[in-house]
Amino acid sequence: MRLEPIDKPSLARSLLPPITALGATVAIASFLAMLAGANPFSVFGLILNGAFGSKFAILETLNRATPLIFTGLAVAVAFRAKFWNIGAEAQLYAGALLTVLLGTGLLPWPSIAILPTLALFSILAGAILLLVPALLKTRFGVDEVVTTLLFNFIFLLFVSMLLEGPLKDPMGMGWPKSARLLPEARLPRLVDGLRLHWGFGLAIFSAISVWVVQSRMTLGYEMRAVGLNRQAAAFAGIPVNLVLVKTALLSGGLAALAGFSEVAGLKGSLTLDLSPGFGYTGIIVAMLALLHPLGVIFAALFVAGIFVGADSMSRAADVPTYLADIMLATALLLMVLAIMLTRFRIVRN
Amino acid sequence: MEVLEIFFTASFWAAVIRISTPLIFATLGELICEKAGVLNLGIEGIMVAGAFAGWMAVYSGTGLWVGICVAMLVGMLFGFLHSLLTVPFGLSQHVVGLGITLLATSSTYYAYRLALPEVTSPPKIDAFQPYDIPILSEIPFIGPALFSQTPFTYLAFGLVLITSVVLYRTPLGLAVRAAGDNPAAVAAQGLSVTKIRMAAVIIGSGFMAMGGAFLTMSAFDSFFFEMVNGRGWICIALVVFGSWRPGKALLGAVLFAAFDALQIRVQQTSLGSLMPYQVFLMMPYLLSILALIVMSRRAEVPAALMVPFNKGER
Repeated sequence: MRLEPIDKPSLARSLLPPITALGATVAIASFLAMLAGANPFSVFGLILNGAFGSKFAILETLNRATPLIFTGLAVAVAFRAKFWNIGAEAQLYAGALLTVLLGTGLLPWPSIAILPTLALFSILAGAILLLVPALLKTRFGVDEVVTTLLFNFIFLLFVSMLLEGPLKDPMGMGWPKSARLLPEARLPRLVDGLRLHWGFGLAIFSAISVWVVQSRMTLGYEMRAVGLNRQAAAFAGIPVNLVLVKTALLSGGLAALAGFSEVAGLKGSLTLDLSPGFGYTGIIVAMLALLHPLGVIFAALFVAGIFVGADSMSRAADVPTYLADIMLATALLLMVLAIMLTRFRIVRN
Repeated sequence: MEVLEIFFTASFWAAVIRISTPLIFATLGELICEKAGVLNLGIEGIMVAGAFAGWMAVYSGTGLWVGICVAMLVGMLFGFLHSLLTVPFGLSQHVVGLGITLLATSSTYYAYRLALPEVTSPPKIDAFQPYDIPILSEIPFIGPALFSQTPFTYLAFGLVLITSVVLYRTPLGLAVRAAGDNPAAVAAQGLSVTKIRMAAVIIGSGFMAMGGAFLTMSAFDSFFFEMVNGRGWICIALVVFGSWRPGKALLGAVLFAAFDALQIRVQQTSLGSLMPYQVFLMMPYLLSILALIVMSRRAEVPAALMVPFNKGER
């Protein structure tokens, strides 16, 4: 068999594969739920209800979506330029680390000054952390997939070292946990009395900004050109390595904001379980959004909904929460296949 | 001085060989995939799946060797999925690989929870025991270090030899290498690049799963979450370090394991108490990155690595 591009895909061609992919994902998840001895309809009902069924559930989903929007954007920006940043997890912790480093008393400023400073330093930390693999790639030709992946392990150990050493909260009863942020360094609630914080607003603002950069600015055009064809971009006079470095800085900074927002908005201090793999999940978010910055918002809500819903489903129906991860992995694999099938037709030789 | 003495104990070198074994299996598996032109980032998840499948099979009552076969089959199944998406459909090897890792890991954890819903600590199995090879194991120093390992380790070294011979001394190996270097030439010979690449990914994934199974069936006797702990990613670095040669990759794995074994032992000396233990745990990952920097300039990358082949396309 081989693949043949379709010049003008019909409406059915554009819609049928993605819909089939979603249907197949649901079918597979239903089968797995039945293996666990549960009724698939009630499982999906419980997931939906747990994710969107009440005001509390919706707020929980929005909260969970916030870091995923940041990491999803970080991945989308990088993958668009075919710079494979798999290290959003480490960059997230870099942002979180800077936030607690400066926000626990080092800068006793009013919140109007301290919050932007913390955000800025977080961005810088994430950007610099990703700069290392980017330079290793442009200078030495070292593949960034492996370096960014290994950085996740290295940086988490580094954070663990600090949390058990200089950053350890003396009041923390011996737990490896940082001191709490100053009240001025906390992101305020979006609405009084509800658990949703301004990190969500910042995430939406970031998505729109990235969209503007990508669609209206030269850098966005250059990033796309580098992603489409590196040789052609170089031939057209685009400084490919410089664009890759800029992409890395932007991507690392965005991922770091996830850490800033989680610490300053939600947790108030840094522990080693700050992120249950938000950096890795960002890859799924970005792919489901087809790397579109505004699409990332919706993909993050979808993914967060599945996670939050699966948590409450698992408590009620006794099906392991890992069902959510399986669903997302399946959706990811089937979606990339489906998107390809909207543009290519399979021809038998 | 304390540190130097470590090198002169046979138990240190025995540990090195033991630590290197899962890396040898998985590096060899990744090498086969990449030789044929496919980067397999599913490695980390496939190792997790293999670790669970082999252990679960033995726990359910099969023999140890059957357990290895079960692990290998599970790995091959994920390899088939990977190759189907990346080879004939030509999808991004990065995205598919990470997707396979996520799928393999999460379905393993799901299966574990379904199979053992009530346990707080995972049950143990009767794992492989060291087997003293007659005569050889009686050689002073070298014997206890190299020839008193478990049969699973001997299998790893045997597979390196076999893979090396098949890749460089047989027409089949030539076809695999050509599929990764010059797929158009393979197609011109009337061979199917698709079939060769798919087969390489499937076999390679089987090896990765065996690497995972070694952890639960020989190094330890039980399955834990997070037990693979980035070993798969390290193996991808080891393939580059070994310059896509089985022998050199084996050497890389042993060197790496020596370093890992050393850091564990140095932690327990007076030198170790000077530094936080995390610094030692970081070393293997830092070493992998260093190896990549040193080797990437002169490594002989398969020319068509990560380039999909669509027959008839010019």
